[in-house]
Amino acid sequence: MIHFVLLISRQGKVRLTKWYSAYSQKERTKVIRELSGLILTRGPKLCNFVEWRGLRVVYKRYASLYFCMCIDEDDNELEILEIIHHYVEVLDRYFGSVCELDLIYNFHKAYFILDELLIAGELQEPSKRTVARLVAAQDSLVETAKEQTSSITNIIAQAANFTIKMLHKGYGPWGSNALHLESLLLVDVCTRLVDQH
Amino acid sequence: MGSQGGFYQSKEFLDLVKSIGEARSKAEEDRIVLNEIETLKRRISEPDIPKRKMKEYIIRLVYIEMLGHDASFGYIHAVKMTHDDSLLVKRTGYLAVTLFLNEDHDLIILIVNTIQKDLKSDNYLVVCAALNAVCKLINEETIPAVLPQVMELLAHPKEAVRKKAIMALHRFYQKSPSSVSHLVSNFRKRLCDNDPGVMGATLCPLFELIARDVNSYKDLVISFVSILKQVAERRLSKAYDYHQMPAPFIQIKLLKILALLGSGDKQASENMYTVVGDIFRKCDSSSNIGNAVLYECICCVSSIYPNPKLLESAADVISRFLKSDSHNLKYMGIDALGRLIKISPEIAEQHQLAVIDCLEDPDDTLKRKTFELLYKMTKSTNVEVIVDRMIDYMISINDNHYKTEIASRCVELAEQFAPSNQWFIQTMNRVFEHAGDLVNIKVAHNLMRLIAEGFGEDDDNADTKLRSSAVESYLRILGEPKLPSVFLQVICWVLGEYGTADGMFSASDITGKLCDVAEAYSNDETVKAYATTALMKIYAFEIAARRKVDMLPECQSLMEELLASHSTDLQQRAYELQAVIGLDAHAVACIMPSDASCEDIEVDRDLSFLNDYIQEAIEKGAQPYIPESERSGMLNISNFRNQDHHEASSHGLRFEAYELPKPAVQSRIPQTLIASTEIVPVPEPMYPRESYQTTMPSIPSDAGSAELKLRLEGVQKKWGRSTYTPATSTSNSTSQKTVNGTSQGDGASTVSSMRETYDSRKPQVEVSHEKQKLAASLFGGSSKTEKSPATGHKAAKASSHVVEKSHVPKSSLEVASEKATPAQQPPDLLDLGEPTATSTALQLDPFKQLEGLLDATEVASAVNGAPAASRSPDIMALYADTAAGIHNKNDADLLSGLSNPSVTNMPGTTAMPQVTQSSSKGPNPKDSLEKDALVRQMGVNPSSQNPNLFKDLLG
Repeated sequence: MIHFVLLISRQGKVRLTKWYSAYSQKERTKVIRELSGLILTRGPKLCNFVEWRGLRVVYKRYASLYFCMCIDEDDNELEILEIIHHYVEVLDRYFGSVCELDLIYNFHKAYFILDELLIAGELQEPSKRTVARLVAAQDSLVETAKEQTSSITNIIAQAANFTIKMLHKGYGPWGSNALHLESLLLVDVCTRLVDQH
Repeated sequence: MGSQGGFYQSKEFLDLVKSIGEARSKAEEDRIVLNEIETLKRRISEPDIPKRKMKEYIIRLVYIEMLGHDASFGYIHAVKMTHDDSLLVKRTGYLAVTLFLNEDHDLIILIVNTIQKDLKSDNYLVVCAALNAVCKLINEETIPAVLPQVMELLAHPKEAVRKKAIMALHRFYQKSPSSVSHLVSNFRKRLCDNDPGVMGATLCPLFELIARDVNSYKDLVISFVSILKQVAERRLSKAYDYHQMPAPFIQIKLLKILALLGSGDKQASENMYTVVGDIFRKCDSSSNIGNAVLYECICCVSSIYPNPKLLESAADVISRFLKSDSHNLKYMGIDALGRLIKISPEIAEQHQLAVIDCLEDPDDTLKRKTFELLYKMTKSTNVEVIVDRMIDYMISINDNHYKTEIASRCVELAEQFAPSNQWFIQTMNRVFEHAGDLVNIKVAHNLMRLIAEGFGEDDDNADTKLRSSAVESYLRILGEPKLPSVFLQVICWVLGEYGTADGMFSASDITGKLCDVAEAYSNDETVKAYATTALMKIYAFEIAARRKVDMLPECQSLMEELLASHSTDLQQRAYELQAVIGLDAHAVACIMPSDASCEDIEVDRDLSFLNDYIQEAIEKGAQPYIPESERSGMLNISNFRNQDHHEASSHGLRFEAYELPKPAVQSRIPQTLIASTEIVPVPEPMYPRESYQTTMPSIPSDAGSAELKLRLEGVQKKWGRSTYTPATSTSNSTSQKTVNGTSQGDGASTVSSMRETYDSRKPQVEVSHEKQKLAASLFGGSSKTEKSPATGHKAAKASSHVVEKSHVPKSSLEVASEKATPAQQPPDLLDLGEPTATSTALQLDPFKQLEGLLDATEVASAVNGAPAASRSPDIMALYADTAAGIHNKNDADLLSGLSNPSVTNMPGTTAMPQVTQSSSKGPNPKDSLEKDALVRQMGVNPSSQNPNLFKDLLG
């Protein structure tokens, strides 16, 4: 059983906490402090597991974010590592190339998604598609309830910004051609939108 | 401020998040949060807040609570929010309450009604939200309130609802098995659900049920095997594939269940051999998830009735794990090795160098795991090396939790396998010296008893020698500065009991040392009490031996101090000491016989020695004593007083705690290697004066005794939260790790003994001489099966224990296999092949439709599945090359921005970066645009000091 899920940034900032076993607020703070001390200091080549108070904590780093799950001693650590990855993949699919910033501002979304993935400390749904479908169903209700505030000009302005972001990424250490292509594509979309209006 | 862009939150909230993000110190962050709390406190209690605004406040509360601050002032508003009609608002309310409240919170009672209502809703999303809350919030007392609805939902047309209902029921079972015990048959039914997701969810509760009571589920073996077979043959929908593996999470769960069912059951195990063998063959050993499944296979193989072929496959996988460069796999390999050596001890030998590498690895986790393995393979031939290593490691770490655990393991191993008394005493001294107060007090008592009783039954000489050496070593150790209290207690006791026994040291030597102890640790009353009693013993022995007693001046001043002590216990001991010194030799010899700590004290319960006295009193006209049983109905005032007097002595207040009720059901299979610090259950030696010895914490044993108790099954609990549920049973051999939860770990552990990692990876050409020696001493005698201790000491106790230990697994296997239940043909077994067809037909994915824009690439990538798969072997070959020897660090860096090399193992991520990239930003590019723009408006951009925030998590 998973006792809790923690998302901590490299600087030790908490991005998400979900407790499946009962911990008081005081204990929670203590747990987070202890674990960030334990995990953030570990070198890159070491195991992704740490022993902690007779339990195991499985963690994995994605960019600058650490995903940690605490499990019982006799659970399968490699499986948990994949559950983490599974979660990240679902997040990625939902946000579209998820980055830490998405989770910072949309932490409640991350919670909703986690609720479709894990329940009562167990994996409830191994299919990415099913999770995505459920979250989308809930979101579609949100969409209809939401006021349609954004005008098309707003979108265009934002699209331009987005293009810059993509270009910025393209210059990053990855240097992937795909990113450049995508950015060009977006520039194209933007110009067409401007043309139409 | 209205809703904004992709975040639907006000600028205020975004500003808050941003300022927290940019806070330079914890203090600054705290200040911002406290400010926010003030604002929210004010705002949230304003009248007529619009719903959307309220929702945002609640999310802000979640945020500050997540940062570790108290948001309890707003809990009630979150609860109110769950009552709302709009799902959108309700969902946020439920999210907040599940995050805020634990199951014992007072506000839960206010939510139950809403949950009841929502469980009946015809909108399945409302039901889902309510079920999520049920899993977190419903406690034992509220289970009956929602149970009927949850039961109904098991037949809900939506699979998402059925799945959550199953999990809720599972949660109920965990919290209070008796409340749902009549409903467990539903889990069996749901196993045949059409939806693989629901079936997969059902495996969780079934696993737990089977773990508690294996025998009632033996009939399901065939079903589980057949499901596993179908899953492994890819009969499930592609949607359940994960990195080209067919439904690995379901496979793992099934393997876990099979491990339980096949444990010690030959017939059941035989049904599993084929499918487990197939999985061994089919599993993709290059991906992490493949290895996870393989590891689970090994666990299964080592738990079920042994099969040589499977054991061989398991050994192959283990050796691959151990040879791998990935620390994760090494860790799993060590763990798996620990499981397998119980069945085939000889496989440890071929991996000895790998194990030693792991032992000397700078990675603490790996090191600890290796110690666990060593602990499992300790015998009399290698105990010295292993315990020595353990103690060295114990000294090097700061983590108290683990220190306690490893100390108790050292003690256990030393007690079991000690080659000589000398070594044993020295080892214990080291453990006490360094782990000190972390050691269970019981261990100290054991040590005292061991020294008192001696090891051999008839070899008095050896015992005397042992005691002398103990006394000698303790006198030496006392010179050290700061010793732990527990250790000092042992030292004082031994010095008192045996300090002058062999005549090597004079009474004044010993008493002088004891006084020094009492003085140096004057804050520790327990130690002082031990020292005082020890002093009394020394003087008593002197008097009994008719030697002249001279009290040292420091001893006298100590006594004076203690006579006036605030501690009544110390005071009493001091007075007793004074009294004893005043007595004559004969009386003292009766009170304090020398070396009699192990002798039983006979208590004359009838107080027959008072008979004469009573006779005399009655003759003088006193009332005879009337036993309590005959006293009822005698409400005569005249003898009421008398009676009262009697009662006062027999019916005083009871100060001892009531006995804990024992678990009603005992389904525990005797564990083979239970870590007990006790050698044999000998009663504690009770010395009349040693009150501390008798007040040691009684450890509640769960060796279920059939004592009188209330039967509370099926009775709803009215008060208190905790019930004593049946002990969680564990499979007999898979898990026998001990958790010593006496103290909690604190602080990070230090990594010790840094070594060149690469050095250790090199092939075994250049294995240092030292390492080989270590290997020889660890594994040298591992082919020998005899386990009897080398020297004859402890023959009566230790060896019988050992024999028992080595035979238990076997006999339990035999017993279990004898009572193998006849496998019944399961009721119409589901065939997952067919539902797949229908479910694929049904996959008119609404999510995809939403995706709109990039749907085409999605589909294309799905179609490209086959080529991608065919491409992956090449990449794997490439990876294998790098793994083989060329340690090209750049490779790892190039392949991913991720720190973990194991990620590069996944063909999914490495083979198709382009695909994922092109479909990235896919689902809702519009939102992405919006939020990015917004973030920029907020002033966060990639060029500021936090470029990492913009980095894609999946590189």
